[in-house]
Amino acid sequence: MPTITTRMGDGSLIELTDSELCKEVEQGTIDASKRGKISPLSQDEIEHLVDICAMPQKFVSVERGKEVVLTFDAGTLKIMRLGIPVGRMQTIQLYERAFGSDTMELAHVDYSFKQVKPIVAEEEHEMEQALLVTVLPLFYGAMPNLGLYTKPDGPLPNPSELLPMGKIPEARAAQEEAVEMAVKDIVYVSGRMYEAGADGINLDTVGAAGDADFLAALNATRVLKKRFPGIRVELGMAGEFVLGFHGELRFDGERLAGLYPHQQVKIAEKAGVDIFGAVVNTNSSMSFPWNLARAVTFIKACAESANIPVHANVGMGVGGIPLREIPPIDAVSRVSKAMAELTRLDGL
Amino acid sequence: MGMAITHALAAGMGGVRTAGDLVARTQISRGMRLKEAKEYVASKLRVSVTDLSDETVMDEVRDDLDIGKIRAFGGKAKGIEAKIRISELLDIQINCVDRFNRLISGGRKA
Repeated sequence: MPTITTRMGDGSLIELTDSELCKEVEQGTIDASKRGKISPLSQDEIEHLVDICAMPQKFVSVERGKEVVLTFDAGTLKIMRLGIPVGRMQTIQLYERAFGSDTMELAHVDYSFKQVKPIVAEEEHEMEQALLVTVLPLFYGAMPNLGLYTKPDGPLPNPSELLPMGKIPEARAAQEEAVEMAVKDIVYVSGRMYEAGADGINLDTVGAAGDADFLAALNATRVLKKRFPGIRVELGMAGEFVLGFHGELRFDGERLAGLYPHQQVKIAEKAGVDIFGAVVNTNSSMSFPWNLARAVTFIKACAESANIPVHANVGMGVGGIPLREIPPIDAVSRVSKAMAELTRLDGL
Repeated sequence: MGMAITHALAAGMGGVRTAGDLVARTQISRGMRLKEAKEYVASKLRVSVTDLSDETVMDEVRDDLDIGKIRAFGGKAKGIEAKIRISELLDIQINCVDRFNRLISGGRKA
């Protein structure tokens, strides 16, 4: 019986028959549907996804006219991480003139608003210079990174130490205080970068420290929009599900813990976010078709419920991309194609 | 790194090679969803929506309108010069263009 070469969520190669591939896709969409209480993919959509996964080509691409806009997180850090000594301004120019990028992001290597605060003058200078010599839209990006506000990196008691001791009120109080501190740092740095001319601010990896992290990003966005009506904010999530590390935090009365992408985007809209970066985690123990079907189902629901542009996160270990430091191009290009053709999303 | 290039080739608009930066700007500054943003830019450039991702068409359009290209020859608009023209052409606000205009007219703050 002929088989189709595909992969596991960890990137390793596997062979599936036609019926096995169909079953993986069906089970992936059902998993997303059950967890998110959203509609599964239709039979036509399942068949389209199976076709994409079964294509014999190593590299696949979207149909003409189905292209989407690309935004980036940790933009200027990617070449630096490869050990290539290229400055950030040159990296932005490479993305613009050599890599076909629609937008780009200036970022500091520590990628956290708290760490950028003391050196914001250096960041402003680089942003201003980069804006003079480039044409594409340029964001400034960093993470709320609430973990930096608790011991040993910050002044507050560490909730991870308090919770095992049963000190739940103390752990919650520490997180609530960290939200206040993070909002001040995000607003300060973002305001300075906006005044330097940035096209937008990318609050990235939001929710990495749970619901308090998400709340800090939402509150900061609301303050920024009030203080700088022209500022544009992209908010990219860290995971598909808001972890209830605090458990009782709310934004405009809505509990944040447990929200999935199609619910997160509605809260982001209320805060004033302009572009929402939805995330769906990859399960490395399941197959690539299962993960891709699951990711497409979540992103489709998110894009359909949104009034603002949605850009799906499709980096290593999210959006169906295998969890590898060097993700295989056959899988990456299939994720691109599937997201652009099967959902109403606006970008990647 | 390879992922950024793969996504750009597999599903990206093409950036400054085509009209990707312009559609992105419209999404950012006007909050338009993708379909609406593409239609808006296409109407401003007087091209079809599918032309927006076509290198051959957009190379000529960008050259004619002088709004920046990946390789802008001498005498052509580059960097902030191109963005000033894009802001006027698309009738959108570009933060750094506003800042530039403020600074050259003597203003310091927003």
